[in-house]
Amino acid sequence: MLILGIESATGRVGCAVGGHDGVLASVQATRERRHAELLAPQIQVVCDNAGISLRDLAAVAVDVGPGLYTGLRVGVATAVTIAHALSVPMVPAASLDLVAHRLRHCGRAVAVVIDARRGEVFHARYRCVPGGVQRISEPAVGSPDHVVSQIMAEGGETLVVGDGAVRYRERFDPLREACVADRGFAHPSAESLVLLAHAQALREEFVRPEAVEPLYLRRPDAEPNPREGAP
Amino acid sequence: MTGFRGRADRSVPLGVPAERIARPWPERPVSAANKSGSDNAALRDAWEQSAPALGPASATTAILGIETSCDETAAAVVAGGQQVLSSVVSSQVDLHARYGGVVPEVAGRAHVVRMVPVVSQALVESALDDSDIAAVAATVGPGLVGALLVGVSAAKALALVWDVPFVAVNHLEAHLHAAFLDEPSLELPVVVILVSGGHTMLVLMEDRLRYRVLGATVDDAAGEAFDKVARYMGLGYPGGPVIDRLSVQGAPDAIAFPRAMLHDGWNFSFSGLKTSVINHLRRNPDSTAEDVAASFQEAVADVLVAKARRAAAAHHARGLCLAGGVAANSRLREMTLDACTADGLAAYLPSRAMCTDNAAMVAAAGWWRLQADGPSPLTVGADPSLSLPES
Repeated sequence: MLILGIESATGRVGCAVGGHDGVLASVQATRERRHAELLAPQIQVVCDNAGISLRDLAAVAVDVGPGLYTGLRVGVATAVTIAHALSVPMVPAASLDLVAHRLRHCGRAVAVVIDARRGEVFHARYRCVPGGVQRISEPAVGSPDHVVSQIMAEGGETLVVGDGAVRYRERFDPLREACVADRGFAHPSAESLVLLAHAQALREEFVRPEAVEPLYLRRPDAEPNPREGAP
Repeated sequence: MTGFRGRADRSVPLGVPAERIARPWPERPVSAANKSGSDNAALRDAWEQSAPALGPASATTAILGIETSCDETAAAVVAGGQQVLSSVVSSQVDLHARYGGVVPEVAGRAHVVRMVPVVSQALVESALDDSDIAAVAATVGPGLVGALLVGVSAAKALALVWDVPFVAVNHLEAHLHAAFLDEPSLELPVVVILVSGGHTMLVLMEDRLRYRVLGATVDDAAGEAFDKVARYMGLGYPGGPVIDRLSVQGAPDAIAFPRAMLHDGWNFSFSGLKTSVINHLRRNPDSTAEDVAASFQEAVADVLVAKARRAAAAHHARGLCLAGGVAANSRLREMTLDACTADGLAAYLPSRAMCTDNAAMVAAAGWWRLQADGPSPLTVGADPSLSLPES
C-alpha cells in the first residue's frame, strides 16, 4: 500500500512516498513563500526516486495544519485534487502531531509550539508512550506565555519543540522544566506523515477527499460591516 | 471505506480509468520541469516535436481551465480554444456581501472547499472522460495571491495525475479571449475596454496573442468606483448591478459629474468622480438615489466609450469589444453599441457570463498559449501583480 504524504503547514514544504517498507523517498525545502512553486516538482521527484507512478498510490496523506494559511492551502488543495483524481481515500494529520512524532523516543513530555505569526503560536502537549506519542491536549492557538504557564503548571520535564519554540525561545529558556529542541526538529516532517498515515491506513481510518479541510483554528481576519453606507 | 476506491465507482467524476490512455506526446522529463526560466525552451522543443497539429474541436484538444483569482471558483472545459463544452462558476458573492467587499482570507478558504466539486461538475457537464483532457490551464495572476494559489495548485495536481501539460494563464489575457467564445467571427484588430473591479484598461488587440495596453486607470478601477459609490449610498455590495438597476429610473443628465481626463491621453481616473459623488450627496441630501446612480454611471461609461472610440480611430481598429465584470453594465453596453453604429465599427458585447470571471476564457487563452509557447513549467507560482504580456 503506497501513500503519498504532502506537508506544507510551516515555512517548510515537502512530500514523501512510502508504505509497508517505510519511507521510499522524500524531499523537503525550507524556503518561505515558495510552496506553490516547489510542491508539484517535488512530487515528481519523490515518485521518480521511489520508482513509482502516481497511479500506484493507494492513499494520499496531508498535513492539514494548524500552520501558515497560504502554505496549508497549497498542500491541501494539491493533496485533495490528487486523491480525487485518482479516486483514492485520504489520511489527514495535524502538523503538531507530525512534529511530536519525531520525538517519540525522547522519554519526556513534549510541547509542540508552531509559529502562528501575530505574536501567537499553535500548540499542543504530548507524552511518550510505547510505539509513539499521545496527544494530551487539543491543538489550540494562543500566546507563547500561555504555553509557558501550562508547562510550569504541569511541572515535569518538558521538551519544547517547533518553529514557534525556536522563535520565542527566550520565553522558554528561563524555565527550569523546559528544554528547547534545536532547529533540526522544528518543522513537521513529510516522512513522519507517511509513517503515521500508513499505520492509520492499515486500520482503514480513511477520510473522503471532499471532507478534508485545513485546520485554521482562527476565524478570518475581517468583521462584517453592519454600517453599510459609511464611507 | 472499502469500495470508495476503484474505477467501477463512476459516481466519482474525476475517476481515472485503469488503462492509461496513450498520449500524443511523450512524458515530460522531470529534470526539465524542476528548473525554471530557461527550461521553458526545452519544454517547448519537446512539445513542438511531439505535439500533432491539433484540429478543431476534437476531444484531444479539450482543455480544462481553472480560475480562482478573486471571488469566483470556476472550472470549464473548452475544445480547440473555441467550443465551450462546460463552464461552471461558483460565486462567493454571498459570502463577501456581509463584509461589504471581497475579504482575501474568506475567498481563499472558500476556494479550497469548492475547488474539487467545481472541477468535477465541469468535467461531468462536458460529457468528456478525464482522459480526454489534453491540458490543464489555470490563472496564475493578477489577483489575490491566497486565492490564486488554490487554483494553481489544483491545476498542477491534475496535470501530474493525468500526465498532461500545465498552462499558466494571465487573467487579463483570458478576459481578452472571452469575446471570441461568444463571437467566433470577431475581426481583429479591436479596441478592448477591459473593466472590472480590479482593472480598467484600454487594450488594442491586434492578434490572438498580440496586444498593446493603450491606457489604464491611474487610481481606482471602474468597478471599484461602482462599489465605493454604492457603499456610500447604502446600496450594499456588489455595487455594479444595484446602480445599474437604479439608473433605469433616474435621469443620466440630472447631475453633471466630472469626466476626468476625457480629452487627455488614454488613461483613466475614477477616484475624483467617486469623491464628487460623495460631495454631491453631502451637499444635496435630498437628491434621489436614482438620479445620482444614473448620472454617475453615465459619467463612467462616457469616459470609457469616448476614449475607446478615439483609440479605435487612431489605431484603425475594426471594432470595439467589452470585457470584464463592468462590461455587464447596461448603459456601458448601450453607449458602446451607439458609438460603434455611429463610427461604422463592429460592436462585440459578450454575454454577462463571459464578461464576469469564468474559466472558459482561461481554457481558451490557455489553448492559444499552449500552441504558441508550449507547456508551462510546474515551477510557476502565483503572481498577484502580473501584468499583461505586451508584444
